[in-house]
Parts: sequence; structure tokens; C-alpha cells
Amino acid sequence: MKPAPFQYHAPRSLQEAVAILAQVAPADGRVLAGGQSLVPIMAFRLARPSHLVDINGIEALARLAVENGKLCIGACVRHAAFERPVVEGPLGRLLAMVVRHIAHSPIRARGTFCGSIAHADPASEWCALVAALDGEIVATSVRGARVIAAGQFFAGIMATALAEDEVLTEVRLPLLAPDTRCGFYEFNRRAGDFALAMAVVHFRLVEGRMFKPRVAIGGAETHPRRVAAAEAALAANAPSPRVFADAAARAARDVEPLEDAQTNAQYRRELVVAVTRRALEAAL
Amino acid sequence: MTQRAAIVLNLNGVDHAISVEPRRTLADAIRDDCGLTGTHIGCEHGVCGACTIIVAGEAVRSCLMFAVQADGKRIRTVEGLADGEQLHPLQEAFIAHHALQCGFCTPGFLMLSLHALERDPDLGDEELLDLLASNLCRCTGYQNIVKAVRGAAAVMRAGVVR
Ligand SMILES: Cc1cc2nc3c(=O)[nH]c(=O)nc-3n(C[C@H](O)[C@H](O)[C@H](O)COP(=O)(O)OP(=O)(O)OC[C@H]3O[C@@H](n4cnc5c(N)ncnc54)[C@H](O)[C@@H]3O)c2cc1C
Ligand code: FES
Ligand code: FES
Repeated sequence: MKPAPFQYHAPRSLQEAVAILAQVAPADGRVLAGGQSLVPIMAFRLARPSHLVDINGIEALARLAVENGKLCIGACVRHAAFERPVVEGPLGRLLAMVVRHIAHSPIRARGTFCGSIAHADPASEWCALVAALDGEIVATSVRGARVIAAGQFFAGIMATALAEDEVLTEVRLPLLAPDTRCGFYEFNRRAGDFALAMAVVHFRLVEGRMFKPRVAIGGAETHPRRVAAAEAALAANAPSPRVFADAAARAARDVEPLEDAQTNAQYRRELVVAVTRRALEAAL
Repeated sequence: MTQRAAIVLNLNGVDHAISVEPRRTLADAIRDDCGLTGTHIGCEHGVCGACTIIVAGEAVRSCLMFAVQADGKRIRTVEGLADGEQLHPLQEAFIAHHALQCGFCTPGFLMLSLHALERDPDLGDEELLDLLASNLCRCTGYQNIVKAVRGAAAVMRAGVVR
């Protein structure tokens, strides 16, 4: 229950951080952000990184700003920052609604938004939200910076497109039009636990019909993703219980559910029906 | 060759100069290197909250931070709550409302609640339940903890805060 020994690095700049990471990554050197996932797995000795590159002292990574119609969330921005809306309009409200479901307040005070994305737990709320919003992920290494679309980023259980020598420096989320309707619903057995299934949805109403509907499912599969079949069931239709039920049923049919000792595939599919429908109802 | 770091932990206003391996958690350093055993360790992976303390103004799990990360930061632990023989209103309220039995979880609940009430003494009932769901108590059934924190909030609002 005690982490294995490692060498500790506390760079003061991003340049310094990526240089150190480039050196130590081949020996399982890793980034330490909020530590709220990494330290537990080190305590269990499921991870024994030989080097940790602590990015908490890099001031530039604490940036939270709106630029070119996007909310830019730096790697050191904590979950707790979103407990009050960080921008006006639907995006700020959606983030504030979702953050309440992530762990507990002392964990939200340390854990970072970008750390959740890099860690890519199947049941991460932020990962589902980034999928629903088609967010962009900025990865920086000594080779430079690249931008990865959410649809190309998540690759499996705790697996992403991030290379081992890359620091996830920023996530960018598009601001949502003022009339965008957003909904979120997750099911878990106890408050603060990882969810068994969740849905993040948003759409605009144009002349009473749903325009550009987005449905992302998290917690049910190896990684969160948008479910095109459910979105197609909503597009150009007026919201109604029948249309919502149809979209929810299609989402459930489309997923390849994760199974564990307490949760078989059928149960997980039924949860997907329920969370999708409830997220859509919440959006109205 | 194990790396060691010379650091200073400022615990309740007192500097403790210690030398630790980077893998030393803040909770272990406070207990074993500084000798302040009021901070308890239950699960060592962030679930129980027994190790909750206040670091640089934030309530955090001290088992999920490394001691090197707290070098030079202001840290408050349960030992800093009472003023000599005079208990803090939260401590008084925990006694009055029977909010502890074995007491193992108590330091964590006290520091969690202290941080929340100092930030917002008008904490609503829903927020309070959400907050107290952060930590585990195996004995009390939580009801008396809720009552105690509400009671302490009333005292602290009345300005009896030291
Ligand atoms: C009791 C408990 C309950 C929790 N409940 C939930 C929950 O309900 N929902 C949820 O989503 N999460 C939950 N979490 C996890 C929490 O949200 C973590 O904060 C998050 O998963 C990881 O973020 P971090 O900043 O703490 O990252 P760390 O723990 O520091 O790192 C996690 C992993 O990501 C890598 N990494 C982190 N940041 C970067 C970066 N910028 N660039 C490259 N790699 C990086 C690290 O190397 C490491 O492998 C819970 C945690 C605990 C202890
Ligand atoms: S010992 Fe830190 S949360 Fe349990
Ligand atoms: S009083 Fe025993 S665990 Fe809470």
C-alpha cells in the first residue's frame, strides 16, 4: 500500500517538462497532475513509474481562457474550478452540472480536467463530455504540439492517442450557442462512485425541431463516444417521449457493453436506455 | 541510490524540517516524520477521507499527495483546531451531538467541515450532505455528524469563530 520508489522532477516551465519527459518516458516516466488517479494505482503497485514529472508548478498550464470561440482548459485546471460556471451560457452551466458527479470535494480540489482526459477511465464524466462536444486535445512534446480530435483520441480502457513523451497541455471545448439545450444523467450505486453508465446530450431547437443533436455514452463501453444511431433518431424531429425512447433504444443496441461480476451486458444495455432518455428529458 | 529531498512542512504554523523519499505520502510524513498522529490513515487510496487536511487553503486527501509537493506550503491538521484547552466549536459540537464513536474518522470529518464552513458558514442542507458524503464513517450512521456540523455552523455564524 506504499508507492514504489521513483525519481521526482518538478519543472517550472513546459519546455523543461517535455525535455525531462522525453528522457524518462522510455523508463516508464510519467506526468503527475492532480495525482487523484495515479497515486492510488501507485499505492496498489499497479503502476511503478521510475520517474514522475510533476507539472503542478508550471504556471502557464493553469490557464482557463476563451479563445476563438473555444474554452481552453490548461493541464493544471482543477475539477473544482468548474463548480461555478466558468463561461456564460450553456457550456458553463453544463460543466457545472457535470462536475458535481465527479468524486468528492477534496478530490475535486486536486484532480485536473486534463488529467481525467489523459487517464481515460471508461467512466470518466469529463471524457464523455469531451466526446459529446467534439473537443480538441492538445499534446505537446519536444517534437512540437499537435491537436487531436476527441473522436480520434480515446482508444480503449485507459488508452489514448497520447504518446508516452507527450504532455496533454490543453483541452479546447467549443462554446455552445445560447439556445443550446444540454442534458446529463449518470447511474451509480453510491454518490461519488464511478458511474455504470452515463449520457451527455445536446441539441438546438430550430422551429421546434432538434438540430445537430449529439449523444455521447460513457461508462458502458471501453471508452466514451458519440453514438451516431441515436443522434440520427433525434435529428430534424420534434422532441417527444416517443422520439427520445427510440433514440435511447438505438443507443443501447449500438453499444458493446463492458461486463463485470455485478454488471452483465443486458443490465448495462438497460442502463444505457435509462440514462439516455433521462439526459434527453433533462435537456428539454 | 534512493533520492531524498530536504523539505519543510509548515504544520499549524510550526516549521518541520525533514528529509524524505519522493514516494513518501504527505500523510505518512506528517505522522511519522513530524510526529503529528492526529491525521489518520485508513485506505491509502483516496476513498475513506480519514487523512483529510487543509493544504494551502484547500481540503485535500493527504494520502494522495507526496510530501515533496507540500514543501513550504501552509498545512492545517486537527492538532491546530483547539486553542490550548479551548476546543473549537466544531470539536465541541461533535462531542455534544455524539458525532463519534471509535473516533477514527473524526479528524478527517473535522478538517473537511472546517474548510467548508470557513469558506461558507451558510452551507445549505443539500450541500452539507454532499460534502459529508466525501468521507466514510463505520460507526455513527452519519446522522449525528450532520447534526454536529449544522450545530457548529450556527455557532460559527454567530461569530464565535476564533
Ligand atoms: C475516491 C475517488 C473517486 C473518484 N471518482 C471519480 C469519478 O466519479 N469520476 C471521474 O471521472 N474521476 C473520479 N476520480 C478520479 C479523478 O477524477 C482524477 O482526478 C482523474 O481521473 C485524474 O486526474 P489527475 O489530475 O488527478 O491525474 P493524475 O492522477 O495525476 O494522472 C492520471 C494519469 O494521467 C496521466 N496524466 C495526467 N495529466 C496528464 C497530462 N497533462 N499529460 C499527460 N499525461 C497526464 C498521468 O501520467 C497518469 O497516468 C476519483 C478518484 C478518487 C480517488
Ligand atoms: S487514507 Fe486517505 S482517503 Fe483513506
Ligand atoms: S466514529 Fe468510528 S469510523 Fe466514524
